[in-house]
Parts: sequence; C-alpha cells; structure tokens
Amino acid sequence: MTDAEVLVVGGGPAGLAAATELAGAGRRVTVLEREAEAGGIPRHCGHYPFAMREFHRLLRGPDYAARLRNAALAAGVTIRTRTTVTALLPGGVVEVTDDNGLANLAAKAVLLATGVRESSRASRLIGGEKPGGVLSTGALQGMVYLNHQRPFQRPVILGTELVAFSALLTCRHAGIKPLAMIEPGQRITARSPAIWLARLMGVPVRLQSDIAAIRGRTHVEGVTLSTPTGAEDLPADGVIVTGGFRPDAALLRGSHLEVDPASGGPVIDRWGCLSDPAYFAAGNLLRGVETAGWCWSEGRRTARAVMAALDGRLPKPGGARVALAHPALRLAVPQILGPEATDAVYGALQIRLSAPANGHLHLTQGGQTLTSARLDSLPERRLSLPLPAVSGATPLTLTIEDHA
Amino acid sequence: MQTVEPAGSPSGFDVAVIGAGVVGCALARAFTLAGARVVVLEKAVDVLDGASKANSAILHTGFDAPEGSLELACIREGYALYHEVRQRLGLPLVRAGAMVLAWNAEEVAGLPALMDQAVANGMTDIHPLTGTEARTLEPELSDRVLAGFRVPGEHLIDPWSAAHGYLMQALANGAALMRQAEVLTGRHSGGEWHLATTAGAITAGLVINAAGLWGDEVDRRVAGESWFTIKPRKGQFVVYDKTAAALAGHILLPVPTRITKGIVVCRTAFGNLLVGPTAEEQEDREHATVERDTLQALMKRGTEILPALAGHEVTAVYAGLRPGTEEKHYRIRADLAPGYICVGGIRSTGLSAALGIAAHVVRLARGSYAPPADPVWPEMPNISVDGQRDWQCPGHGGIVCHCELVTRREVEAALSGPMAAGSLAGLKRRTRVTMGRCQGFYCSAELARLTEGRLAQPMLEPGHD
Repeated sequence: MTDAEVLVVGGGPAGLAAATELAGAGRRVTVLEREAEAGGIPRHCGHYPFAMREFHRLLRGPDYAARLRNAALAAGVTIRTRTTVTALLPGGVVEVTDDNGLANLAAKAVLLATGVRESSRASRLIGGEKPGGVLSTGALQGMVYLNHQRPFQRPVILGTELVAFSALLTCRHAGIKPLAMIEPGQRITARSPAIWLARLMGVPVRLQSDIAAIRGRTHVEGVTLSTPTGAEDLPADGVIVTGGFRPDAALLRGSHLEVDPASGGPVIDRWGCLSDPAYFAAGNLLRGVETAGWCWSEGRRTARAVMAALDGRLPKPGGARVALAHPALRLAVPQILGPEATDAVYGALQIRLSAPANGHLHLTQGGQTLTSARLDSLPERRLSLPLPAVSGATPLTLTIEDHA
Repeated sequence: MQTVEPAGSPSGFDVAVIGAGVVGCALARAFTLAGARVVVLEKAVDVLDGASKANSAILHTGFDAPEGSLELACIREGYALYHEVRQRLGLPLVRAGAMVLAWNAEEVAGLPALMDQAVANGMTDIHPLTGTEARTLEPELSDRVLAGFRVPGEHLIDPWSAAHGYLMQALANGAALMRQAEVLTGRHSGGEWHLATTAGAITAGLVINAAGLWGDEVDRRVAGESWFTIKPRKGQFVVYDKTAAALAGHILLPVPTRITKGIVVCRTAFGNLLVGPTAEEQEDREHATVERDTLQALMKRGTEILPALAGHEVTAVYAGLRPGTEEKHYRIRADLAPGYICVGGIRSTGLSAALGIAAHVVRLARGSYAPPADPVWPEMPNISVDGQRDWQCPGHGGIVCHCELVTRREVEAALSGPMAAGSLAGLKRRTRVTMGRCQGFYCSAELARLTEGRLAQPMLEPGHD
C-alpha cells in the first residue's frame, strides 16, 4: 500500500506544476511542503513579472504563487504543509517529520523539486565582523513582503545577477535606499536593461569592487570596499548578499542518489530520472538558476515522464555521460544522454558558464563530433545545445573551441 | 539605585560571580551546589558573549599542558567532572579521539618529547603511529603525513550547551542571573562587597572575577588594581558543510609550538567539520574580525591535511578572542581578607577546564555553606547529532530552521525560562537556528517574526520596522 502514487518534495513552481499535471491525469499526488504555505520563492517576490508563460498575464510573485496553489488544489492535489522531508530512501520511500513526529511515506515515484538558495556571506569569505543586518535577497524579501518589516535603511547590494535587481525592487517597495550595488566583475551580470533600474533609483553600480569587510558588533555600522583605486568606507547599515544560486540538495547529499559535483544537483537522464529509477527531479534543484516560468514548464514535462514510468513506458535507464572539458563550462544538464525520443523531457543540453567564452561548443563521442554551435556568452546566461541522437554508453565530451 | 537581593535574604548574596562565560557558569554552579547564594553579573545581553562564544569545542585531556601546572590540574579535574555530570545534565560527548600528526622532519623529531609529556600528564593510553598507520585509521589523510601518535581520550562536546547546563543548574538551585549588569565599581565595607552595576547595586560576601577578556579591567574597578594585563589573541575558524564530517573521525592536531596548539581539523558535535584556529595578537577586546586571506590560508591548510576537503562547501566562518595575558599560565589568585578571587588568563583551555577551575576555586574560598540536600539536575535539550533531536518527536510544531532541523518548540523554549535568549546570537547558541548551510536564507524572516519583541537585543534594529 502506498501513501500516494507520486510524492512531490517541494511546493514551488516546478513541484506544483508537476503535481497539477499528474493529478489532472487522474494520479494520486501529494506535495510535501516544509513552509506554512506552498508556492516557493515567488511567495516573497512581491513584484512583477511572473506568470507570462503559465497564465499569459503579468502577476506579482505572491499572486502567482496563489494561482499555482489553487490550480493544484483544483486538480485534486493533496498539499501537506509544515511537513519536512528528512531522508530519501531507496525505492521511493521518504522519511518526513511534522507536528506528529517522524513517519515514512511510500510512493511509486518521488519527484524532487526542492529548488535553490543564494550562497551565503560565509561561503563567500567576506571579511569583518558578524553583525545582524547581513541578509540574502530571499531573507530580505521574507521580511519585507511576508512580515512587513524593514531590516535597514541604507544597505549595499552585493552582486548584479538578475536577483540583485529583484532585491533593488524589494528595497524600493519598502522605502529602503541602497547606497550602491557592488560587483567584483568588469560588467554587470544581468542583461543590460536591468542597469536602468539602478539608474532610475539613483543607485550607483560599483564595478571591479568587492566588500572587503563588514563592520559592527550587533548591527552593521559600515562596510569597507576594495576598489580599483583602493579601500573605501561606505556608511551602510545593512548588506544584501545576492545570487550565487546553488541547488538546495542537502537531502540528496545525505541519500543513496547520485549528485553531480558540477551542478550541485542530481545526475539525471533525458527523462529527469535519477540514479534510483523511483526518483525524478525538476526545477532549480537541477541547476542554479532559472526563472519560475522555466521551472514550471520543466515540472509539467517531467510529470509526463513520471506518468510514462508509472505505466512502464520509459526506456531502460542508461546512456552516455557528459564530461565537461573546458574551464569556462560550469555545468551541463542532463548529465546522462540516451537515444533521442520525442517524449523525452530534455531535447537540449542546458549549459552555464563560469567565465565569458567566445568560440564553438562541441559535443563529441569517441572522437566524433555529434553537434556544434557558435558560442559568445557571459557567465550565468541561459545556454542550450539541441541534442542529437546518442547511442551507447561511450562517454561524451562537451568542450569549447576558443576563438583567438 | 535599586539593590537586588536574593529571595528570602535581606543580607545580600554569599557570592557574586562577574562574567557569564563558561568559567563563570561553572563557578556559579559549583558555589550554588556548595550551598552558597550566588548572583551572576553579565554585562552583555546574553551569557557566553565574550571569549566563550567561539572555540574549537574540544574536551581536552591535558596531554600537552605544562607538567605540574595549575592549568593541567584544572583540565584533568574538569575532564573527569564533565564525564561525571554530563548524562544528568543531558550534555553530549563525541568520543572522537585525537591524533597528533607530524608533517616534516622537525615535527617528527618533536614527537617523543610530546609523548613523554603526555605520559607524565597521566595519559595511559597513547600510542605512536607511523604515517601508514595513521592513514589506515584515517584514510582521507594526505599521504604526506610522516608519523604521529594517538590520544584516545580527546573528545568533542557542545561548547554552548555545556556552559548553559552549568548555569541552568545554578539557576534551578536558587542562583540569580543579571544580564546587562556591567560592574562599575566595588567597595568593601562592613564585611561585605558593595558592587555598583548598570542594573543596580549588589552586596556579596565573596566576589569572583571571571570577566575573561575584561579580567584586568574588572580587577581595577573592584579591587583597585590588577596583577596582569589581558592580551587578546584572535582565532579564526572555517566550518565546512556536514558532508565533510565523514572525512575525519579523529581530531587531527598538529605538533604544537611554544605559542599555540596550532591548526586543528575536527568534526563538531553538530556534524560539521572545522578548521582553525589562527593565533593573532591584537589590542581590541571587543571586535573579532575574519579576513578573507586568512580564511583562504586555513582552507589551504585543511586541504593539505585532508585533500578531499577541496570538494566541500564552507558553511560558516567565525573568529573568537582568547583572554591571554602577558604570561602563559592561568592567573588565579585569592585574597580572602576582603573575599576576592580573580580567575584570569583562562586562554584556550577554559572549556575543558571550567568544571575543574570551579572546584579549585570553591576549595580556595573555604566558605562554610549548607549544600542543598537534593539538588535539581535540569536536563539540557540535545542539539548535537548524537542522540535524539526534537524534530524526531511529536508535538514539535514544525521545522523553523530547515538546514539544522530546529523546531518551533525548540525556538519557543529558548525564548522563555530563566535563561531566555537575549539576542539572535544567543538563540543560535541555544538552538542552532541559521547556523547551517543557508545561513538564514530560508528562516531569517520567520525568526524575525517569532522573536519580535522577545529579545533584549532585537534582530532588527530599533526604529526600523
């Protein structure tokens, strides 16, 4: 007897989309959500634009999250909130804890959709003291949009990924006036229109600069920047440490499932299936970081693969593994490629760079080039390489032929 | 100014302990269990806010302490007492054992003398290791290790629950705790001390200075002069993700130098892996900063010892200050004429020695009190990885901190009672909220809501709502 046909771990856009799709097809689905409410990160992104892909209109994050929840409930999904999965066991059994204590739940398939988080101040080795008022964008948004609190008045924002501009919008909403955006690189990471937001708000962007030290014993009293012209003090009363997204894969790392050191997420095949065929994954757990709409779409497509698996229609696991053979290649998903199939979740390889690159991408097998594409890109940009048919298990190599 | 008095006693306290670090907490417990009416005076919003907030969390055997020293005696007695009380107080003990490892010819040459010292210090179970033997016991060790020896008695503990447990037992048996009570002046008259503090006036028969980083300053304020000068020594640490804890079962110690025990690699009672500390002299007693270059050097050293560490993420970084003095040894001195005992210069072995120091000071004080016939033994909630955690038990109210699996019930408990958390830092030490991988990405907002109006030092700065 199973507790559900499918258990979905994580009720963000990917998990709710998958659950809705499965329940709509008559499957018995339970979403396990550790927060008090499902919806994921959009719950605390109180700004536009969400929902273009999914609902063909513009919504704020919380409204979008509510729509996703309502769609899931209407389709017949069971959502268990304040329920934390504490272990993933072989064959589709998960250990959970809630107010009733520990229990094991069994299902025919488990879909993991635990999402991402920003990397912390500590993991970036920022110097100085450890006062309160150093927050990630996620924590800031929780305080501003969920609690209606204002943690500081004149912070600095570290990073210029897209999420840094989301932090900027959150500041504007709360009447917080950031002193500067700080970017260690030579240019901003997000696409150029984002810079206009900073200009509009009168927030200077400091390139080639970094936060050398944070001052203050209980609350932030200032930051010391390292800049091309030397050290400089800013009278900030807070720091927003943005971006550096990484999969929230703690459960995976403590389990029998294989983790890809490059992406930080699970190793999957073209159906989103993990090393234990009872487990699937979708959404930002696979890679940092994509939009909510992208994750939603991935969740829906992975739900169809889960149904195919439940009906015994998936091909046998296996295929060729992709190895990354260039220092600028940060990750490639899926990691295992089998024969081309029209019903596969992934028709293309999703790629991210860790450094700017200009040249040609090549996917090779046994010395033969299977496919190539022109490449001229910055880090953190969405890159995809349409996939050809791959046969056998001979390892694949993904590399970049640099142009001089 | 209002005078604070113990319940049912118009004549003041028997003992005032200045400073609620691990040593002050152990002193409060020892004197309370000896029958004294004790008050603990802490200048910060919470206990363990000075030197005791950051250390390497090892219960040392004293194998490398100076032979015949008071420090060695206190470590040995403290070590034995910890084993004696820990189960009744609900305190964890991870029997890791240590290896002292030599990485060059000079260090190899130093091993025999260290082993002789360990034997002289009472270790009966040490044994030498070749590099190969060390790597058989710890397969992830670098093949550059040359030799070493094993000290099975070195263990890992939870540095905060231990001190909290000592103080809780004092409070449960009648002691009083005053926070934000900085001692300003002391005057001895009429056979007792009159202390002026920022939280009111106190009278006590015996004053014990356990002020750690401010030991010399408190000496001057109360006794008029100090016989030592605090020389703060900073230690920076890097804490790796829980996935790294599997890389080393033992506490991996270097061959110590005259100045420092050196950089240690060890698990923590919370299931992480720690590398540190540095030893950096500084004047400032208030501010302990981390520096990127130093942290990177620690990570490099960690990777030289355990090459596989390179693939693991850093969870946290921190820095602490040791209350060193101009001399290496403990600076404990009793002046019983007015009833004043200074417990100073407890630099890096305070956690291991605290219960021993307290027992020693009780003997020094020669007080005649009536011990409680049947003292209360409060049990501390377990937040270490060994033993049952609250998230495994019904009625926990859901998880607040997902990385460290801290429950709503645990947070509520830490925000109430006689030793309720006074700051987010204090709440972290009691529960481990925000101490995990995400460092507050997921739970900061929930904590800001749960703690609103309940911390002496609010999470969000007053005036910001």
